[in-house]
Amino acid sequence: MATIPGTPAVKSNRIGLQVIDYRGSKSTLCAGCGHNAISERIIDAFYEMGIEPEQVAKLSGIGCSSKTPAYFMARAHSFNAVHGRMPAIATGAAVANHKMLHIGVSGDGDTASIGMGQFAHLMRRNLPMIYIIEDNGVYGLTKGQFSATADMGSKLKTGTVNELPAIDTCALAIELGATFVARSFSGDKKQLAALLKAAIAHNGTVLLDVISPCVTFNDHEGSTKSYKFMKDHEEPLHDINFVPVFEEIDVEYEEGSGVDISLHDGSKMHLTKLEEEYNPTDRIAALTRLAQARAKDEVLTGLFYVNPEQPSFVDMLNLVDRPLGTLPENVTRPGKSVLDGIMEEYR
Amino acid sequence: MASIDVAPRRGTDSREEREPVVNNFSIQVATVNGSGSQSANSVLMRTIFEMGVPVSGKNLFPSNIAGLPTWFTIRVSKDGYVARKRDSEVLIAMNPETAEGDVKALRAGSVVLYDEPLKLDALRDDLVWYAVPFDKLVGPVAPEAKLKKLLRNMVYVGVMAHLLSLDMAAVEKSIGKQFSGKKRATDVNVAAVRAGYEYAVANLQQPGFRVARMNENANKIIIDGNSAGALGALFGGVTVVPWYPITPSSSLIETLMDYLKEYRVDAEGKATYAVVQAEDELAAIGMVLGASWSGARAMTATAGPGISLMAEFTGLGYYAEIPAVIWNVQRVGPSTGLPTRTAQGDLLSTAFLSHGDTKHPMLFPCSMSECFDYGMLAFDLAERLQTPLFVMSDLDLGMNNWVSEPFHYPETPLDRGKVLSKEDLDRLGGFARYKDVDGDGIGYRTLPGTEHPNAAWFARGSGHNEKAQYSERPDDFVNNLDRLDKKWETARKIVPAPVVERESKGAKVGIIAYGSSHWATLETVDQLRDEQGMAVDYLRVKAYPFGAAVAEFIAAHERVYVVDQNRDAQMLQLIKLDIAPAEVVKLRSICHYNGHPLEARTVTDGIVAQEQK
Repeated sequence: MATIPGTPAVKSNRIGLQVIDYRGSKSTLCAGCGHNAISERIIDAFYEMGIEPEQVAKLSGIGCSSKTPAYFMARAHSFNAVHGRMPAIATGAAVANHKMLHIGVSGDGDTASIGMGQFAHLMRRNLPMIYIIEDNGVYGLTKGQFSATADMGSKLKTGTVNELPAIDTCALAIELGATFVARSFSGDKKQLAALLKAAIAHNGTVLLDVISPCVTFNDHEGSTKSYKFMKDHEEPLHDINFVPVFEEIDVEYEEGSGVDISLHDGSKMHLTKLEEEYNPTDRIAALTRLAQARAKDEVLTGLFYVNPEQPSFVDMLNLVDRPLGTLPENVTRPGKSVLDGIMEEYR
Repeated sequence: MASIDVAPRRGTDSREEREPVVNNFSIQVATVNGSGSQSANSVLMRTIFEMGVPVSGKNLFPSNIAGLPTWFTIRVSKDGYVARKRDSEVLIAMNPETAEGDVKALRAGSVVLYDEPLKLDALRDDLVWYAVPFDKLVGPVAPEAKLKKLLRNMVYVGVMAHLLSLDMAAVEKSIGKQFSGKKRATDVNVAAVRAGYEYAVANLQQPGFRVARMNENANKIIIDGNSAGALGALFGGVTVVPWYPITPSSSLIETLMDYLKEYRVDAEGKATYAVVQAEDELAAIGMVLGASWSGARAMTATAGPGISLMAEFTGLGYYAEIPAVIWNVQRVGPSTGLPTRTAQGDLLSTAFLSHGDTKHPMLFPCSMSECFDYGMLAFDLAERLQTPLFVMSDLDLGMNNWVSEPFHYPETPLDRGKVLSKEDLDRLGGFARYKDVDGDGIGYRTLPGTEHPNAAWFARGSGHNEKAQYSERPDDFVNNLDRLDKKWETARKIVPAPVVERESKGAKVGIIAYGSSHWATLETVDQLRDEQGMAVDYLRVKAYPFGAAVAEFIAAHERVYVVDQNRDAQMLQLIKLDIAPAEVVKLRSICHYNGHPLEARTVTDGIVAQEQK
């Protein structure tokens, strides 16, 4: 970006927008809420990727997490749906305008309980969108009841212990057909930033489960979704380096140091191995590794599974290039001769 | 029954001496579902249509794939009455399970065509019997067992052709139509019909019922309301169709899919539409709202149980002001009810679907042409009003075949409502999504993807101000709800107005009906005149909210009968909300809710009984 000599340089991205153009209104969530950090990472990722905010649709359900689309990208259209039903709105919107980038923000209650049916079918369709679960294991807005992602044995502030098994949304998403499945932590700035940028470059359903501690209802001793628990138990699978398609790759990785992945738009990921042999394009291995992590009480993070080749739901619909929602009348209403011909068939 | 004679009697009773009844009787065909009887019945009905005689068909079928009883009634009416008639004069008894009951229900002098081994003629001695050895006749035509079962029913078409003087050329033309000109299927069915016809000519004398050529069907079509609605959607520019299968609405979407495949694919083979089979009705309506929000004309079709599931999202559509078109092809409730039987039982649940202060416009098509016209109009109204809108069809309209005038191509362009473009925003600088700029209660919206930094707005079901920002302020909330009410008054002016269908000077009694009840009501007006010497006016309601004409009609009469196909007089209840308290006492109710299509006798007898009180 060219700057005028003598004036202080205002940083802007490849389409000439500044970070401020990606901001939203002030968050009304609790100070220290993990969700605020995630909103910040979303702002940075879309800014750094140079995505035009007008070409982004933000979607959400109901809950603390689902309020957050108001706190980033005010220039993007937004639809706050009903509880657990964001996937349906997203599906209709993405089909009607497949040129836009759809990002949905949900919570663990919104997804894994009331929204389980729609979540499952969204993953199964591999709808092109980014689906973020801001996962804190509790219902915040209704003051701290367990959600279905709460780990067995995890304790509420009141001392109540969760006796039901947690639903692993990542394992489920892989099983059901999502093509980019990752888990991260709101406090892991670098990993989350890389995953979000890669998510933008992916064509298909991105399921990003981000552990995001609730400072008010689930950050105490005995919680398995607290900042402290995450610091002690987070097990990253790899270091993620993301190079967008519009940037030159300037780092040479040593042969065998990791896994390289080419995304749909030509962007590249290099996953530096922390664990030997982990290959995120192997679906069965991903499911096995997640099951092992669960057995060992590890909070495994990183890119579990990616398949950049699988056609998305929109690809399968074989749509015209122009968004369906913008088609003119001469395309959407057949002519009089068509009606006359059909009437003849009914005679 | 004194006689034990099992040989088929040949209609040699006293009827022979009487003048035959021409073009004024009903035929009931009793079969087992899954036996191919639907094709035979369609051919029979179409043959009468081809002969230029007014005809209607009603299929009473079970919620089952094969093996349960089904009845098809065909009404032949020189006077053009198309509602179901209570009694049938001709019975084709093919189902051993129901034959006895079917025969016992007949009036004396009726004609029964039956499968010879059933020996039904032992049941009554006041009927005209025709025994036909179907198995013997179908044997030479169909060597395979499976085909035999299907073609048995075609044999009765041939027998009827002789008995009722049907034109064999018209029968063969109808078979060609039924099997879309597929030669092998046509040939084998024609052979079965001929076998029946030749047997009848050689062995059976004609009874006192005839079909004689008229010229009432020139240029007309035969179609069902679901197909008509699908065509309406097609010519209304429908683009995104999320749906979940449910009887009796499924064929609306399936027919639409066939047309979209044919007429909405571009030169490169790319689709200009999308159909999504959703996981349930909650998802279907959600997808409609998402697609409409993104600018596409989106619709779904469902029935009562689906409507119940759509409640929460419909409230969101109402409050966030997102267009949506929902066809409610009504069936019998409550609960699962009778999935394959007809009713108008969802008026109240649909009108006020969802919690809080919500209300939704509804259209009530009564005919095939209106199913087509409202199929288009629904989109214009939903986008103009920015709200979910329901087309209230029913199983009788949706799944039965009706003779209709051909449909008219729309003369006006699509009304996409108040949508601001990038150029509009360049000129205006910005906009407030929920501000009542024009005084009609309808704000301006933008579509996602509009290339302007001030184009975006936040669609939400939570409290919001004019700028679509989150707000819990009492004044914002009240202003918004009051504006929505103003929009409701705009809807009242732009939805189809009620129409006076029949008028007699000085009538003190009025009838209000809607939807599929229209046809029985027309006949009732004539019955009241001819049988009771009673003059009535008839107003047909086409949409909710009602136009002023409903209150005026009630004000102009001493008593007004409201015809409903539900138990709780749901239309009457809606009307009550709209009229002065002093007028309410004028309203009386005719309710029909047994799942069968409404017939005039029910309405006429109901009115006469109440008038005599």
